Amino acid sequence: MEQTVVCRKLSKTYKQDAIAVHALSDVDVDVAEGDFVCLSGPSGSGKTTLLNLIGGLDRPTSGEITVAGRRVDLMSQAELATMRLMHLGFVFQAYNLIPVLTAVENVEFVMQLQGIDRKERRARARAILREVGLEGLENRRPAELSGGQQQRVAVARAIVSGPSLVLADEPTANLDSINGEMLLELMRKMNEEHGATFIVATHEQLVMDHAKRLIGLHDGRIVSDELQR
Amino acid sequence: MGITLRLAWRNIWRHPRRTFLTASAIAFAVAILLFMVTLQLGSYDMMIDSSLRLYHGHLQVQPEGYLDKPRIRNTISDARALGSHIRKLVGSSSVSVRAMSAALASSRVRSYGVQVIGVETDYEGKVSTIPGLVKRGRFLSSDDAAEAIIGHVLARNLKVDIGGEITLLGTGMDGSVAATVAPVVGIFESGSAELDRHLVQLPLGAFQDVFSMRDRAHTIVVLGDSLDELEILMGAVRAGLPPESRLAVLSWEALVPGLKQAIQADWISGWFLYACLIMIVTFSIMNTFLMSVLERTREFGIMLALGAKPVSIGALIMLESTWLTLLGVAVGMTVGIAIVVYFHTYGFTYPGMEELMAFYNLPGVIKPEISTLSLTLGPAVVLLATCAAALYPALRIRLLKPVEAMRAV
Repeated sequence: MEQTVVCRKLSKTYKQDAIAVHALSDVDVDVAEGDFVCLSGPSGSGKTTLLNLIGGLDRPTSGEITVAGRRVDLMSQAELATMRLMHLGFVFQAYNLIPVLTAVENVEFVMQLQGIDRKERRARARAILREVGLEGLENRRPAELSGGQQQRVAVARAIVSGPSLVLADEPTANLDSINGEMLLELMRKMNEEHGATFIVATHEQLVMDHAKRLIGLHDGRIVSDELQR
Repeated sequence: MGITLRLAWRNIWRHPRRTFLTASAIAFAVAILLFMVTLQLGSYDMMIDSSLRLYHGHLQVQPEGYLDKPRIRNTISDARALGSHIRKLVGSSSVSVRAMSAALASSRVRSYGVQVIGVETDYEGKVSTIPGLVKRGRFLSSDDAAEAIIGHVLARNLKVDIGGEITLLGTGMDGSVAATVAPVVGIFESGSAELDRHLVQLPLGAFQDVFSMRDRAHTIVVLGDSLDELEILMGAVRAGLPPESRLAVLSWEALVPGLKQAIQADWISGWFLYACLIMIVTFSIMNTFLMSVLERTREFGIMLALGAKPVSIGALIMLESTWLTLLGVAVGMTVGIAIVVYFHTYGFTYPGMEELMAFYNLPGVIKPEISTLSLTLGPAVVLLATCAAALYPALRIRLLKPVEAMRAV
């Protein structure tokens, strides 16, 4: 199976008040296409940092990152933006929808940036919202949706343009257990039906239980890596 | 409407009160500018018209070189006949022949250097308001009458009044001494210090006798119906002049260059004030947009994370600025044009203005000028300034880093 993500000797050091904080140290990790990987570990273990580096939102101090065959660590800001737009989907902890756009417009937003024509993007947005169980709520703005519904819109936005990789950072942190469970089932469904690779950072057991592969991080190093189910 | 346009439109209504206040500031600036610019341009039309009607006319026919070197020998032959010919050419009686020379004017007690003008008494009132500005006494009675009218400052300086006499001493066209004694029959107040201090008018016939001019004169003054037709009028007069006559047709801009310069200076000083107003509005808008960008830092971080390029987000901010400005400009133009149309119909005046202007035989109201330029110049400048104000916040987006921006509260 092809590798969607390949990280080699990946390190990230932040400076905090002249003190160097090693957020990641010499991390080697491969993620196969179609996988559903969970990065777990306590706060400060490096989960979000690894996710940000893979997503091209931040730059490594050293090491190599390859996503969908492209060296992310060598890309310019503009190339990173294009890569995020065309190949990645993001789901954030706090939903992060654009408040003045409706659910369908939020899903369309990324497709508009991709240059997809209006008719097609509207049809695809409605179809994916139906798939995530939000039919009839397409024209509601985020403030008119529950947290679970907003996160479903965020998943729909992440998946709608068929990205190679979806990165989710604590996606269930703001949801109750029922909505969290529903969201994870949805993400697994998207993973299985759309073939998108998921990497989810979390410290919640519920999320870990849904992962095909569980990578444990501690103090910026991988301490465990096991396949599940 | 595309998502970006909708996004920009909805973004400006996130804070309706702030948008209302900012749009009101723009509308106020546009309405004020529109009214002030149209009034200023209207006042220039009135200033030019009043000034030219006072003495110079819209154009003059003069011997070539006379404007630069006004020598008494440089004349127009058979000037009255040419004046009549031009009256027929332009189909108007607002054409008058003048002859002029410098002289020394003396009363019993004082002497002053003056400009003596010989005027056609029947036509001078049609090209100049001076005959109507005779405040004491009367205007000249006939072309051959040996009498004079003088400005009120000159009368005061010479200590002469109606019925008094002045002696004029100068040089005739043939080099002889030109001298006459003329009773003062009228004293005018033109409002122009220069004319009131130095001008003496004689009937043209009397002037020609005194200065040995025979049928000659120095200038033929033409006053058209309006300045808009000046080019046509000049073309008609030029075409009707005898060939090889060595006469020049000069517009008011050549005759009174100072008037145009004064208007230009006033226009510039007016725009200095307008620039202050525009800058205040611009900074207020810049402040609004900076706040709007700062409070949405997290949202912009998300957009960047999703793959939006900084230039797209900058364009979004510019679009929001354009929406807001267009809103303000639309309201401002509606209000401003309504005010301008009202004053264009009924005239703009203030207490005491009509009395003051009537004293100088001028219209007592200013009518704002309605033209494409006068109605669009102010709003266009505000539009450009406010778009420029949004440029700085829009450019700041380039400095945002997705991860840091998403952490913003």
